[in-house]
Amino acid sequence: MPTIFVDGQELQVKEGANVLEACLSAGIDLPYFCWHPSMGSIGSCRQCAVVQYQNAEDTNGRIVMGCMTPVSEGARFSLNSGSGADQDIDNAVDEAADVTTVEASIDVPTKVPDKGREFRQAVIESLMLNHPHDCPVCAEGGECHLQDMTVMVGHRDRRYRGLKNTHRNQYLGPLISHEMNRCITCYRCERFYTDYAGGTDLSAQASHDHVYFGRHQDGVLESEFSGNLVEVCPTGVFTDKPLLKQYSRKWDLQSAPSICTGCAVGCNILPGERYGKLKRIHNRYNDEVNGYFLCDRGRFGSGYINSDERLNYAGVRDFNGEFSAIKGGEAIEIAARWMKTQEGAKNTQKIVGIGSPRASLEANYLLRELVGKEHFAAGFGDRESQVIHRIAAILKTTRAKNPSIKQMETADAVLILGEDVTHTAPRVALGLRQAVRNKAYELAKQAGLAVWQDAAVRNLAQDQRSPMIIVSATETRLDDIASQTVSLAPQEIALFGHAVARAIAGQPSDDAAVNEAAAALKNAQRPLVVSGSSMLHSAIVDSAAAVADALLADSTPTDSTPTDSSPTDSTPASCNSMLSFCLPECNSLGLALLSEEQETISRLLDRADQIDVLVILENNLSRRISEQQINKLTSSGIRIIALELLDNDLLASCDLVLSAASYAESEGTLVSSEGRAQRYYPVFPEAYERRASWQWLLDLAAASGHSELAELQHFDQITEACGASNDLFAPLAGVSPDHNFRSHGQKIPRQTHRASGRTAINADVSVHEPLRKLDPETPLSFSMEGLNRDQPASLTPFYWSPGWNSNQSLQKFQSEVNGPLRGGPVGQRLIEPQTNGISQSSDFTPLRIVQKGTWQLVPIYRVHGSDELSVRTAEVAELAGEAFIAISSELAAKLEVVDGDGVKINLVAAAGIDSFELSLSVKILTRVAPNCVAYSAGYSSTLALQPGALAQLSKDPDWQRATPQLIASDRSSHASAPQNNRPSPDTDIDKGRDRGEPPHV
Amino acid sequence: MNDAQMIQTDLGTVLTREEIRQIDTELAHVPYKAGAAIDALKIVQTQRGWVSDESLRAIAKHLEMSAEELDGVATFYNLIYRRPVGEKVILFCDSVSCWICGCDGIKAKISAKLGVDYGETTTDNQYTLLPVPCLGACDRAPVMMVGDDLITHLDEAKIDQLFSDVTVEDSASEGEQ
Repeated sequence: MPTIFVDGQELQVKEGANVLEACLSAGIDLPYFCWHPSMGSIGSCRQCAVVQYQNAEDTNGRIVMGCMTPVSEGARFSLNSGSGADQDIDNAVDEAADVTTVEASIDVPTKVPDKGREFRQAVIESLMLNHPHDCPVCAEGGECHLQDMTVMVGHRDRRYRGLKNTHRNQYLGPLISHEMNRCITCYRCERFYTDYAGGTDLSAQASHDHVYFGRHQDGVLESEFSGNLVEVCPTGVFTDKPLLKQYSRKWDLQSAPSICTGCAVGCNILPGERYGKLKRIHNRYNDEVNGYFLCDRGRFGSGYINSDERLNYAGVRDFNGEFSAIKGGEAIEIAARWMKTQEGAKNTQKIVGIGSPRASLEANYLLRELVGKEHFAAGFGDRESQVIHRIAAILKTTRAKNPSIKQMETADAVLILGEDVTHTAPRVALGLRQAVRNKAYELAKQAGLAVWQDAAVRNLAQDQRSPMIIVSATETRLDDIASQTVSLAPQEIALFGHAVARAIAGQPSDDAAVNEAAAALKNAQRPLVVSGSSMLHSAIVDSAAAVADALLADSTPTDSTPTDSSPTDSTPASCNSMLSFCLPECNSLGLALLSEEQETISRLLDRADQIDVLVILENNLSRRISEQQINKLTSSGIRIIALELLDNDLLASCDLVLSAASYAESEGTLVSSEGRAQRYYPVFPEAYERRASWQWLLDLAAASGHSELAELQHFDQITEACGASNDLFAPLAGVSPDHNFRSHGQKIPRQTHRASGRTAINADVSVHEPLRKLDPETPLSFSMEGLNRDQPASLTPFYWSPGWNSNQSLQKFQSEVNGPLRGGPVGQRLIEPQTNGISQSSDFTPLRIVQKGTWQLVPIYRVHGSDELSVRTAEVAELAGEAFIAISSELAAKLEVVDGDGVKINLVAAAGIDSFELSLSVKILTRVAPNCVAYSAGYSSTLALQPGALAQLSKDPDWQRATPQLIASDRSSHASAPQNNRPSPDTDIDKGRDRGEPPHV
Repeated sequence: MNDAQMIQTDLGTVLTREEIRQIDTELAHVPYKAGAAIDALKIVQTQRGWVSDESLRAIAKHLEMSAEELDGVATFYNLIYRRPVGEKVILFCDSVSCWICGCDGIKAKISAKLGVDYGETTTDNQYTLLPVPCLGACDRAPVMMVGDDLITHLDEAKIDQLFSDVTVEDSASEGEQ
């Protein structure tokens, strides 16, 4: 580690770092704009200027850019050059400048010693020439990197009296608001959007003083990661549009550490709340998982939490089939009565439970204990259950590593089997985009370039990338960086995978593509295989495991670590083979580990006549089982108790509905696809009579006389019991400190010390200061009192540090730039690679024979649209658009249809599939496997379509093209008409009763 | 409407055969299609006088770039015209040598004569006046280019002579005064 001197201070710094990184890692405040920890340096903003000295005798020094200057042994720098006496002179001059006129201050003889600071002041001053004075109406105000830096360099007085440049802003869709006048041309937006995230529809335009960042013309930003512009932009050019509609300042937001429930990746998030509404979601740094970035589903897909369709009170159905709201206690009594009657009876198979892959591990565990293991179904669909349990079984036995995203980014060859990762695990796809850059880093190393020299490294590599082979049924969003794409039907994807495994093991295939893929993986140091459940095809995940296993078998065990590989090293893959699976929901893996494969919903329904009470935990069964099965269930006379957060079709058939709290109002543990158990905390107290599912179930257990569960009082105890129930869950206790944890003797505040209006916030209801809500279950408090400092990283409720109001304050919480957080790891990995893994079977015979004239249906997932909950957010629903059928251009020509026309789909009856007909809008794909057509999966109108089903297609002559809809952003201003008139169990009683008690029933 | 339909319905949005031929010639010299972006823009500008949004999208499609990427290139260069210009563009040097030699007066003369300021086009659509930082002919300052012709040692007489056939319509400069 080289030693450098900064203002006389001796620093041990990381080899190969630049001066800016070194300073920030050492806690020295050096202003910057264009540099970003994950995007490296381009040296364009000139803000991180420091003075570098030749040697100890050199007193003059020269100005260099911190971000572009590598550290070297004994190098001398100064931020505020001169020390001691010089500093006094500076202060004296500054004070003099304060009292003299603006004119005069320019003429104050500039003192030689403080070149660096003067330079930085001049840079800010020039950046501010065109920056408007609109901080009070700017969404970035109070968390603005530009504000922070302006204060940091001490630029205070504006001398420029001329006109400012103005720009026309663009409509960029429902998520991002554009205000170009605020731009300081740091280029971070374009570098993130284009270089880092692979977007093509945002660019830097024009030159000198009229540079413009935007699209070619108004339109929705296409990237799935556009929301990161909000955090990447150092000022208010790109801001969070949904937040603008219900704006609160950062310092007024109450927030808590949370985990995204949008998919199984488990990104760490910081949701912010005020007035009982979830306002926005910001990234929570986790160096292993999401780093600095989120996908748009994660950032914008939680609007459903504020939805009018949320269930606020428990509801019971009376004899007329109408729902009436009831008090929570009453609901528990009713449920207990139903459940108790059964307990005394002779048949013990009376109460069954269906869990949920989108509910916490604790809630699922409680339900399983409440009804008994043998009466608990995980709540996956039948085929989903098969694939997900298969994945869980592979992960438990394989010797390959299930990598974090950070580890995936080190992969130097990637094979993707059957996934459009950008839509099924978006944040992973962003990581894979970085993985293919390892080739560029290798070239840079050979050329002696530091990897943070971003522009130079990109110029050097051009489009040379590490190999990425994508084998999928349809085009994917990573095709643009793939070295090879292969379009195959699902069963053939599995065959391809197995063939690659065999080729790696030394049996070349007849298929050149297979051999090419095998060679690429075999030559890699850290090969990665990505697959997943999206095709609902176990053979595909098996084949992925076979490839990962073959890579391990191929390697001779070496002690080499991933970092010490020299560029010329051509040894085959060592034990660094990585295997990652994309899973559908936030707790899919956790639930798979908790449940038995054979207990599926169908099996449960098969013995419907023996069931008296069914408890459904946060699971909309109409998305998992067929309509016939639902009908069978609802007509069977079983009493159905459902815990749910949003109204849905299924609830109308339930007898008792318990209003569950969302992830933002409750605590729980989720197991990500990496096998990482992570805790989320309530961001704000539950309103109305919403309660966390675990709370409902605990009450239910107590009321129904369950002796063991009745002993549990606290959430922590459930976690503990859950951890003790299974060896794999043993690390659960260490995921986060328990509720007794105190930081500096106090609970950790969810509100900033600047939170305003504590006494006035409810003044429209009562002028008395409201009693602070207590939080007995977590070490966090709903308060501004306490310290947000030095706590475990898993408990950091927001990022703020003196002088750093923006999200860049994060660096004060990191151990070093890009390093792990100071307060220890976030989350615990439950599954590590096994030393004696069972080898996967490498054989598989496809069963499906496609009949002439029929097409095999394959699913296409959409980041906006395929997820059940996020699509209940207005902005996401707008982006999701209508369901579609995606076909090749050849088929489109044959059917005589173009984009937007209608195609009639006739499902061919088969085992478990009834013949069925529906019409969908057409999308034309550039790449699709032979004999396959794709449908938008997860959309409510395509729930009846199953992957692998055969269908006949014909043009729908009666199809009405969709007319342009009123965009969601306009809809809210036309809010006079209710958005949804669907009756819900409680809407009637809720009208005009935002804060009141539930009516007496 | 998809791209194919759009092209069928509006002939202004497709490249002509001649343009495609010239662009393809350039493409033969570059390793990446995007490498011919500037040449393609120049080719289309030569043919059409300027590069409209429609033309730009057609070029982008031909070069397999996004319109945003190509627009980033097109708008970067002052001499790729993204707005319509007159038959001839006057590139008037206002750099230091010409300034010393009194280009300000010449510019005033041109503006009075043609009724246009920088960035404007005469009402008869003959001339567009643009400033340019240097034309590399400082030894013959003040200079300007009119279309493809370099005109040196400018003075008022020369301006009168050059634009003798132009008569200013009052309405042209009305809005600007």
